[in-house]
Amino acid sequence: MRRLILIGLPYLWLLALFLVPFLIVLKISLSDIALSIPPYTPQLDLSEGWAGFRAFLAALDFENFTFLTTDDLYWKAYLSSFQIALLSTLMTLATGFPIAYALARAPREWRPTLLMLVILPFWTSFLIRVYAWMGILNTEGLLNQLLLALGLISEPLTILNTNTAVYIGIVYTYLPFMILPIYAALEKLDDSLLEAAEDLGCSRISAFWLVTVPLSRSGIVAGCFLVFIPALGEFVIPSLLGGSQTLMIGKVLWEEFFSNRDWPVASAVAIILLLILIVPIILFQRNQQKQREAEG
Amino acid sequence: MNQTVFAPWNDPEAKPLIQFKQVTKKFGEFVAIDALSLDIFEQEFFALLGPSGCGKTTMMRMLAGFESPSSGSILLAGKDIAPVPPNKRAVNMMFQSYALFPHLSVWDNIAFGLRRGGGSKEEIAARVEEMLRLTRLTKFARRKPHQISGGQRQRVALARSLAKAPKLLLLDEPLGALDKKLRQDTQFELMDIQEKTGTTFVIVTHDQEEAMTVASRVAVMDEGRLIQVSTPDVIYEAPNSVYVADFIGDVNIIEGAAAQEGDAVTITWAEGQPPINARSTLSLSPGQKVHFAIRPEKLTISAERPDDAANAMTGKVLDIAYLGNISTYHVELPSGQVLKAQSANTRRIARRSFTWEDTVWLSWTNTAGVVLEK
Repeated sequence: MRRLILIGLPYLWLLALFLVPFLIVLKISLSDIALSIPPYTPQLDLSEGWAGFRAFLAALDFENFTFLTTDDLYWKAYLSSFQIALLSTLMTLATGFPIAYALARAPREWRPTLLMLVILPFWTSFLIRVYAWMGILNTEGLLNQLLLALGLISEPLTILNTNTAVYIGIVYTYLPFMILPIYAALEKLDDSLLEAAEDLGCSRISAFWLVTVPLSRSGIVAGCFLVFIPALGEFVIPSLLGGSQTLMIGKVLWEEFFSNRDWPVASAVAIILLLILIVPIILFQRNQQKQREAEG
Repeated sequence: MNQTVFAPWNDPEAKPLIQFKQVTKKFGEFVAIDALSLDIFEQEFFALLGPSGCGKTTMMRMLAGFESPSSGSILLAGKDIAPVPPNKRAVNMMFQSYALFPHLSVWDNIAFGLRRGGGSKEEIAARVEEMLRLTRLTKFARRKPHQISGGQRQRVALARSLAKAPKLLLLDEPLGALDKKLRQDTQFELMDIQEKTGTTFVIVTHDQEEAMTVASRVAVMDEGRLIQVSTPDVIYEAPNSVYVADFIGDVNIIEGAAAQEGDAVTITWAEGQPPINARSTLSLSPGQKVHFAIRPEKLTISAERPDDAANAMTGKVLDIAYLGNISTYHVELPSGQVLKAQSANTRRIARRSFTWEDTVWLSWTNTAGVVLEK
């Protein structure tokens, strides 16, 4: 009985906070826009009994999904989100791996402090940190002032409100999610494996590619998914740091909901996004599973 | 049959494969290796033996190229190897932890070094198969290291380090992780493989039994210095110091003052006790303080005083350690000194001749022990 409660709790949590809202959104995505509160129709009216329910079901259709295919804004937004998420994941990996490597090689007594520094930014609100980047990146911002003072540029660079600013924002925000799993994998790496590789004829660089990288693979994969999945649906960073030409599905979703008040189309956009995300999430789960098997 | 004894170290013409010349290694202020010189010859099975922290692992790591000497030089086949990085040395190492690559199969682990060498696919495959046969691992070629037993892992590590046919193979405590029975079997297997491949082996161990079993020569080390380098029988029978005598096997040490006449030495060691008669080629000054070392199995234990013994003392049995095949008797002499004497249990335990508190005689010949100056 106690076991049942223990197992049941997380399932109940998922049911109430994920599955039920998801079903509501799914239902809205199958409805039609209407000038009412809430702004869609049909609404389930249980007072009319079984017939009412059948009429309700009959009114649902896939019109909104069909609509998404007719306007190229949507698939372009998905594609561009995918591209931005992929590129920024690779950039986060390129930045995060050396940091994780340095952490894992640092003297043992320093490691807790250094790890603390990696997660320290989480102590400040995410929103405030993104606003701080606006202050750094804008035309009169700190970065331009510094570069001008150093004489590296003669006129200020336009970084804010471009895709570059979005990349900077995503890499900065998600860097700890990349560093921590890679660090965890590298820390377990036995130094004698690298010595053995060298002893058997590897140069330092080939030992890195043949031993260090394959053995930290699970950490790299985990880090990449932890960055890619939230970056794909990212809304705050592109809307604050990106410009009008920055096309991301999170922003489109926001505009459908709040500017157009077209809840059904917005819900359809959200459902498709979820379906797209399920693929990397399943891959991520499989990676975690494999890692557990390898360790067990 | 006339068999030539393998002893290149006695041949002044023989060229050593490895030469340590006045090698010193310091880690900060700590001197790990202290002006050490040593020659190791081709096809030798050479053991570095010593307690942990004596510098034996540092010597091995210098041979592999992971450490470089602070001063002095190491020659491999006449050439200074100091500037050669580990990946370019004709030296391979078998690590204490085995350091098998967990993401690669047994086959790929063995092929790892060969692939770096740039041989053709067929050559590599043939060599890997040969190594698998040599170490009896053919059945496990496709397994990952975590899917095989400790003994098999040890053999994979050996096969991997031998695959490139190195001039010199270094073994760092190769059997430390195996249980006793498996260790004994593997010792003979190691000797067999060494003989078959003709590779020079240098083994690091803290287990004196292992060193004695496998090695053609043993170097006993302490605090970065070589105390004695010799064949196992010389190390055991004729140690050059109390340290070596004590480190290798069991020993009784008696301190006393020497008086010499030719090669006959008498050692006065305790009041009321007869002096010890021994032989020694050392030239001792009269009254010089010496140590007399004698192995427990060289003492004969009897109920009556033997008539013709060069040395005989009486004492009381204090303790008996029963080891199955042999028993060690701890005999307390009237001076308070306790001597250990070993005898084979030729009779069943219920019928053994001596028991606790019995008065017994210990006797030995004048060549049974060694006289040591330090």
